[in-house]
Amino acid sequence: MKNSINERRVISVIVLNESSVLARITALFAGRGYNIESLTVAPIPDSDMSHITIATNGSAKVMEQITKQLHKLIPVYKVIEHEEMVEKEMVLAKFPITEHLSDVGALCAAYNGGIVNVGKEMIIAMVADEPKRIKHFIEAAQRYNPYEIVRGGVVAIER
Amino acid sequence: MQMSGAQMVCEAIIAEGVKTVFGYPGGAIMHVYDEVYKQNGFEHILNRHEQASVHAADGYARATGEVGVAMVTSGPGFTNAVTGLATAYMDSIPLVVISGQVPSQLIGTDGFQEIDAVGISRPCTKHNFLVRSLEELPRLLKEAFYIARSGRPGPVLIDIPKDITVDIGEFIYPDSVDIPTYKPTYKGNKRQIEKAVEAMKAAKKPLLYIGGGVVLSNASDLVRELAEKTQIPAVETLMARGVLGAKNPLLLGMLGMHGNYASNMAMSETDLVISLGARFDDRVTGKLSEFAKYADIIHVDIDAANIGKLVDVDYPIVGDITEVVEAMLPQLDGIDTDRFEAWRNILKRYDELHPQSFVDSDEVIKPQWAIERIGELVGENAIITSDVGQHQMWAAQHFPFDRPRQWINSGGLGTMGFGFPAALGVKKAFPEKTVINITGDGSILMNMQELVTAAEYKIPVINLILNNHFLGMVRQWQTFFYEKRYSETDLSFQPNWKALAEACGGIGYDVTTKEEFDAAIKDAIEQDKVCFMNVIVNRFEDVLPMVPSGGALFNMMLPQKVEGK
Ligand SMILES: Cc1ncc(C[n+]2csc(CCOP(=O)(O)OP(=O)(O)O)c2C)c(N)n1
Ligand SMILES: [Mg+2]
Repeated sequence: MKNSINERRVISVIVLNESSVLARITALFAGRGYNIESLTVAPIPDSDMSHITIATNGSAKVMEQITKQLHKLIPVYKVIEHEEMVEKEMVLAKFPITEHLSDVGALCAAYNGGIVNVGKEMIIAMVADEPKRIKHFIEAAQRYNPYEIVRGGVVAIER
Repeated sequence: MQMSGAQMVCEAIIAEGVKTVFGYPGGAIMHVYDEVYKQNGFEHILNRHEQASVHAADGYARATGEVGVAMVTSGPGFTNAVTGLATAYMDSIPLVVISGQVPSQLIGTDGFQEIDAVGISRPCTKHNFLVRSLEELPRLLKEAFYIARSGRPGPVLIDIPKDITVDIGEFIYPDSVDIPTYKPTYKGNKRQIEKAVEAMKAAKKPLLYIGGGVVLSNASDLVRELAEKTQIPAVETLMARGVLGAKNPLLLGMLGMHGNYASNMAMSETDLVISLGARFDDRVTGKLSEFAKYADIIHVDIDAANIGKLVDVDYPIVGDITEVVEAMLPQLDGIDTDRFEAWRNILKRYDELHPQSFVDSDEVIKPQWAIERIGELVGENAIITSDVGQHQMWAAQHFPFDRPRQWINSGGLGTMGFGFPAALGVKKAFPEKTVINITGDGSILMNMQELVTAAEYKIPVINLILNNHFLGMVRQWQTFFYEKRYSETDLSFQPNWKALAEACGGIGYDVTTKEEFDAAIKDAIEQDKVCFMNVIVNRFEDVLPMVPSGGALFNMMLPQKVEGK
């Protein structure tokens, strides 16, 4: 049954900038047993709204409920379930200075990034790419013994 | 005009036309209470527990269709109110609950009687606010009432820090509300309505499935007209009792776990469900995969999230029942009502086969008899509230409800302790009606302190205790499904009900025979005082029919057949 297939989905939620709006959204996911894979929030320029991007997964039926339940929240303006979209995620990674700078640089370049900071003990690199490719980047980065990797969460925009 | 935040709260309540407010004071809300003292635009009832205040406001709202208002203090005052909020939330009842909060500068410090009220109430309110400044208070008050009563109604909490109730500022109560992110849909999609009407005309075995949304939308007259015009038979949910009226020949009865045979069979065999303001609750549907298996489904609901939540819908219509049925009616001119005659006859036959019945007794009062008797004695002039348990189901099955808002009970949350305080709210709204809380010996104790409230304010409601010395509904499940292990359901140890009522300023009746029953009802109505009527009923009576939890609707445990019926 097509209804029961669990699919990864990204939804954008446009909300009024109110203090408790994020709590309302995460509480809704927690209370109704929906998953959040990643979540990003930022204000929309020149407005009193914010854009929340949520990556989640569920069957078509669950996705429909998530969308409708989100829409019911009073400060939610719009819920967009993306069909055609551009998705990107940013990642920061910290490597020991002892690794080959040029190798790390080349790796990051392959994922739309580069080295953004070099200190006495470590280098910091940044990449930005599709979530699937980000997974590949993280796997590849392991060769260079990263101290730390911080993912930024997905942001998406409709085409 | 310049005034304090506390005064603004009172002015808003008056501007909204609320005549009775229920509540309980405390530190954080004292400034508001100081203004309650000074004003005379509304009456305040001091319940003896905050839960009761919210249930009373809820009863007032259910009986009138207006927004009910309750006030509580911070911390324990608020937490006591939570069950009331959740009860109203589950049944979509418009309430505004105002809670005091510790002063703004103390928020987040674990101050005395500080609790995160908006955090706790988020999942059991339609919306809630923590007021951040005096400037926004008038607008938030206006929005609270608007949100509570518009769209799918529900309770709204406003949590007001104490300093904001003291501060003085300009009060202009807005005339209108504009929340860009909140625009309920009232009008149904025209094309969808046309398609639904075509489906109704083409069906062979259509069935109206009437839910509480019809009551909330005040659409009962229109739905009656729809039934009469189409001659389509109908079933009501627990929340919709009274919509069609007990005498309506098209009404089969209540469906669901304790629905009657004809109703549950109708739902199992129909080819078109016309769902009006019902939400396919599990207590209604039984096993989902067997529910209305042969039917296409028209689902009209003001809340889009209800549509397609549990069953797949063929004709989804998001909109207010009133607007949608109004649009349907002219399109149904000339519908061939004979088409459904064979279907109506089948259902009539089902009802003759297994009517809603019980075996009466001369030795002991049967709870079903008591309820039918109330119907005969008070009937139309009564408004019935109830608690939760067997007595509630018997009331829903056996009382001859003939109008909406005559039957007031906690359906969604199933809150024991709801009935008595709710009855106080009902009686305040309709003093000329006989208000009877049909309750159990378990439930009534959960808000019995309201005897004092009722006596003080002279709110004469009758608490008809169908006393089976059991948490009867749980006992029934233990009998059927737990091999009669009556774990913690035996209520053989009982208070002296008469003395209890009298100690609090009410009156009590002990009733064991039918003659005493009639006499007690007559006397209670004449006495015009709050009372406990302790009616000893058959201990092991079961609520039947019953669809065991998770079973298919058509697999009912049925009552014993009655001779000559
Ligand atoms: C606050 C609350 N606690 C527990 C329950 C579970 N419960 C449902 S019915 C019932 C028994 C009610 O007993 P009583 O009021 O005597 O009614 P009866 O079933 O005997 O008519 C219980 C305990 C509930 N619905 N509400
Ligand atoms: Mg009992």
